[in-house]
Amino acid sequence: MADQALPIRGTLDLTPAQSKRDGMLEILHDWITTVDHKKLGILYILYAILFLLVGGAEALFIRIQLAFPNNHFMSPQVYNRFFTMHGTTMVFLMGMPAIFGFANYLVPLMIGARDMAFPRLNAFSFWMTAFGGLFIYYSFLGGSGLYGVGNAPDVGWFAYAPLTARAFSPGNATDYWAVGLIASGFGTIGSGINIVATIFSMRCKGMTLMRMPLFVWLNLTVSALVLITITPLTAAQIMLCIDRYLGGHFFDTQAGGSAVVWMHFFWIFGHPEVYVLVLPAFAIANEIIPVFSRKAIFGYPAMVTASVGIAFISLSVWAHHMFTVGMTSASNAFFTLSTMLVGIPTGIKIFNWLATMWGGKIRFATPMLFMTAFLFQFLIAGLTGIMLSVSPWDWQLHNSYFVVAHFHYVLVGAILTAIFGGLYFWFPKVTGRMMDERLGKINFWLFLIGFHLTFDVMHIPGILGMPRSIYTYEANRGWGTLNLIVSIGAAIQGIAVLIFAYNMVISLFKGEKAGNDPWDAWTLEWACSSPPPSYNFATEPVVISRRPLWDLKHPEDPDWKYE
Amino acid sequence: MSAVPIIPDAPQEQPWHLPSRGRVAMYCLILGESAIFIIFVVAYVFYIGKSLTGPTPQQVLEIPIFNSICLFSSSVTIMLAERHIEHNRIKQFGLWWAATIVLGLIFLIGTGAEWYKLIYKDGLTISTNLFGTTFYSLVGLHASHVIVGLIGLSLVLAFTITGHVNEKHSERIQILALYWHFVDAIWVVVFTVVYILGR
Repeated sequence: MADQALPIRGTLDLTPAQSKRDGMLEILHDWITTVDHKKLGILYILYAILFLLVGGAEALFIRIQLAFPNNHFMSPQVYNRFFTMHGTTMVFLMGMPAIFGFANYLVPLMIGARDMAFPRLNAFSFWMTAFGGLFIYYSFLGGSGLYGVGNAPDVGWFAYAPLTARAFSPGNATDYWAVGLIASGFGTIGSGINIVATIFSMRCKGMTLMRMPLFVWLNLTVSALVLITITPLTAAQIMLCIDRYLGGHFFDTQAGGSAVVWMHFFWIFGHPEVYVLVLPAFAIANEIIPVFSRKAIFGYPAMVTASVGIAFISLSVWAHHMFTVGMTSASNAFFTLSTMLVGIPTGIKIFNWLATMWGGKIRFATPMLFMTAFLFQFLIAGLTGIMLSVSPWDWQLHNSYFVVAHFHYVLVGAILTAIFGGLYFWFPKVTGRMMDERLGKINFWLFLIGFHLTFDVMHIPGILGMPRSIYTYEANRGWGTLNLIVSIGAAIQGIAVLIFAYNMVISLFKGEKAGNDPWDAWTLEWACSSPPPSYNFATEPVVISRRPLWDLKHPEDPDWKYE
Repeated sequence: MSAVPIIPDAPQEQPWHLPSRGRVAMYCLILGESAIFIIFVVAYVFYIGKSLTGPTPQQVLEIPIFNSICLFSSSVTIMLAERHIEHNRIKQFGLWWAATIVLGLIFLIGTGAEWYKLIYKDGLTISTNLFGTTFYSLVGLHASHVIVGLIGLSLVLAFTITGHVNEKHSERIQILALYWHFVDAIWVVVFTVVYILGR
């Protein structure tokens, strides 16, 4: 970078260095009371990784149970709790905090701001999210009171009525689930408001909307989407609580209520939620792919349009989860078509990423490896999605392992893969040290092999008729070998995740020093030191193009001349 | 390194204006709250006439005209208060602001009286039938927003009486007023759905 510019008078930070903090208590106090967006971002990510390990362990237990026909590794009751908690954990306690962690840490840095628009709201949101997660997990102890040795919710992550009615879910497990999600939902809404306000009101001079990094654009889209998708879930959970505690009849068919209404309300939240999770994965890809292809992103305006387009379309596709409920053929046709429509903007994105890589000088460091896998896997996930959007096909395969394989392809193959890539990419910025490249490659290949072993094969038992959420199956069904392969793949993925966690810890202490800009990237966060100082930028940056650091590094050929 | 200014030597542009973060955040909050209300309104509309037992809305609901006029006119009084704070006329501001609170309180008391009649005279509770469930949850959701709004308004009034408010705070006060306008606007929808469509 422009080292020769040092030191410019008046720009050096002259505040005296703080005395080194010591004592566990003081450090703990620092982290708990912090309102710094970077520290909160790290807390979000650590929280997400913790629950990735917890939810992953639950998945492994589920896979052990399903590995052999007529297996009784755990009781059916425990099995139900585990798949419910696995789904809830991965969506609400791992996925959402991970995306907000990235957004929290990076959005203010990328737009050249000092902090988020509302730092204290930011802290509040994190602690609400954390409280919600711990509250849900407390149900393992308190679900039916400690004397009843507790139990976790066992109604599935979409908690269809009337399973959640008092008669079928006695005890408090379902209430822990509902109230925990309302609490973490408040945190999510707070974060969403905060990110939108930050992006609109805190941009540095010259950072017009069309000069923002695509990462910021996508997080703006996601946060706006969060405001109108998490809130219906909150509303539905309030209704559920009214039903369970005050004797209401929203979802009580015996009093004229309707179980299908819950399905609609849940999926009005549930489907856009998929895009809330996947758009941040796109955001990460938008930053990593250009840097490692040594080219500016292809088709920036098209990417922005496609992102906003996906957000809008995602609001009108929810009932494709309900083709088998028995809707009118007009609604079936509408939701089939609207679901297929999602393929257009996502297709634009995939082609733009390919065009960015095309003719580029690609460097296959670990982040880029993950991004390449992301591209292929997201494509396949999208294609099975298009298959399932066709309602007759869905009638055949609804709630089968084909569907499970499809959405895990999205959640693991696209989102988790992108999150791994993002963690490898920004780890040097956050800690000042590189993650180990050799361990990173082992992590990548193991994860890739495990992933494909699990989720490619998982499609087949689905086509053969294996329904989701079943406790066990007969030997003569012919699903045994396939399920064993799936379980072996899951174990390999588990090892890969452990290697990742080990790599993170070891690199934090022993990693190679990163410097400010190890990847030779172009967005503003790489202009700060690694880790960035608490004030981010000593002088407010001014931006005149989409790649401010390119302009700085190449004054002879700056971007702004062409934009 | 962090102290290196990232200021390019290239043509600088026109002055740099950004929207107020408070206003953006309040609009976002209103957007999110609207989604919550939409779900409750949809549930109400969907369940109109689906109750298996009485009492029905036709039998027990009376149109709360006085109440609604009070709430709607509180939007006007708060607007007048906003005008006065912009020009630093603290006294008039305080008066109109207090009038807004009184109108809001009248609305709440009216709702309370209505519920009292429904519960004790007509025997309609939240668990009686679907109408009760949807009615109390939708109207109750709105009433809880009125309560939150009134708490906010009262805090500002307390600060005004103790002399801590001046025209520098007009931006913040207008943002709070935005929320109050939203609460009033929602009542238009709730009123239409509950007392006109549903009756």
